[in-house]
Amino acid sequence: MILTTPYQARDFEAPPVTPETAPYWEAAARGQLLLKCCEACGAVHHYPRSLCPRCGSDRTSWKTSSGRGEVYAVSVTRRGTPVPYAMAYVRLEDGVTLMSNIVDCDLDAIRIGDLVEAVFVAAPGGRQPVPMFRPLASGDRRHD
Amino acid sequence: MKKNCAIIAGAWEHPARHAPDKSTAQLHAECARGALQDAGLTIRDVDGYFCAGDAPGMGASSVADYIGLSPRFIDSTDTGGSSYLLHVHHAALAIAAGKCDVALITLAGRPRSEGATVAKPRSADPAVPEFAFERPYAPTIANSYGMVAARHMHEYGTTSEQLAWIKVAASHHAQHNPNAMLREVVSVEDVLNSPLISDPLHRLDCCVVSDGGGAIVVTRPEIARSLGRPMVAVIGAGEALKGPSGGHVDLTYSAARASGRDAFAEAGIAPSDVQYASIYDSFTITALVQLEDLGFCEKGSGGHFVADGNLIAGHGRLPFNTDGGGLCNNHPANRGGMTKIIEAVRQLRGQAHRAVQVPNCTLALVQGIGGALGARHGSATLILERQ
Repeated sequence: MILTTPYQARDFEAPPVTPETAPYWEAAARGQLLLKCCEACGAVHHYPRSLCPRCGSDRTSWKTSSGRGEVYAVSVTRRGTPVPYAMAYVRLEDGVTLMSNIVDCDLDAIRIGDLVEAVFVAAPGGRQPVPMFRPLASGDRRHD
Repeated sequence: MKKNCAIIAGAWEHPARHAPDKSTAQLHAECARGALQDAGLTIRDVDGYFCAGDAPGMGASSVADYIGLSPRFIDSTDTGGSSYLLHVHHAALAIAAGKCDVALITLAGRPRSEGATVAKPRSADPAVPEFAFERPYAPTIANSYGMVAARHMHEYGTTSEQLAWIKVAASHHAQHNPNAMLREVVSVEDVLNSPLISDPLHRLDCCVVSDGGGAIVVTRPEIARSLGRPMVAVIGAGEALKGPSGGHVDLTYSAARASGRDAFAEAGIAPSDVQYASIYDSFTITALVQLEDLGFCEKGSGGHFVADGNLIAGHGRLPFNTDGGGLCNNHPANRGGMTKIIEAVRQLRGQAHRAVQVPNCTLALVQGIGGALGARHGSATLILERQ
């Protein structure tokens, strides 16, 4: 018997949107992932801040991410939750790593190094999509 | 910190593991009384008070008032379960600076009675800056530590069997502790056969959920000597924070690397000098990562280091958590730091259970992590010496 844990949609609270982060959420609603970039030191960071956490400059601007990356770490949470879900860190091609969930796949098959792409998921009945990630294509994996 | 300026003169662990009929403030006061009685002091002698977020009310104000304290030095620094190690560090600094003479540190809570579990998403305040970018993904304590374990296995080939040895060692110690929640000795197979909570962590990779608490009294050497108390000196301390750093995540190490480096440097000793170690063990992986970060073994070799009973008193090279630790004995308020300090004090006094007492134990290390190992956490390291 092959054990599988199919992805199931999960309810979650909509993220609070503030003036500092509104462009990020507006882009997410359009299907784009934005990152913050520092014009002073060049560092890209996430989650987005008005001041660069590397050098402290307030000259930060938005850049559009490809939304592609690889699974840096993953843990399928199976107990104490209405449905199982895959908690993960995804390392983007842009060089930053963000917390997210891996969706639209067999959760038992997710491996560190799998190539993934962003999909924008709202909670059932919710309006604000948030970036999650799905396997880019079956079997694609970067081995580092 | 001036060396040998601060002595742990009182230490007391509440025997309760389930306290449905006691209030949290009452547990704090019972712990305060226990540690002060152990030191031969009373609440009227206390002029420094330290507590963290488990104390209900604004900072220290409500619990200090409940107990009946009028401190002239107050510190409610909160780094989760490691807070009490930071408090010992801060108390030693305050005593050295002449700001207080008798410092009391208390911890208490009743998560078992209140139905809290480690799998529940952490309650969070929307004003916390990462809230919007993490909360939708349902981070829990278990999946945060689960991701650290998964990455460790990927990078270094660490196995679930090796992690299980940490639980096995704790259970060997807990069988001798009449107050421990889990006194049954378990095997590697028992751990692997327990249900997966959050991959790759099984139920027996997780600590217990318990009510209770503990307290510590720190004072200056001349007062400790006048009380006739064993001289357990704080000879080194370090503290550090680590987080996802704006998206530059590295789960292979913890803030213990920085706090341990500072504590060892201050004490002027090396990891090989340590005879007993209390290592925070919210999960098996927590202990493994900290052992590496403190330099007890090379980064990545923690799995080999903990295997085959190397952490079992009387058997292995580094006896750890001889009370059974958070994995088997006690994890009051979901915070492990206090009980780690207390067992190290028992070892240095020669008052651990005889089955697990380290012979002639004069040098011990206490290591705590608070928060989420896979996200933001605070670490503190103490080096204690029996003089």
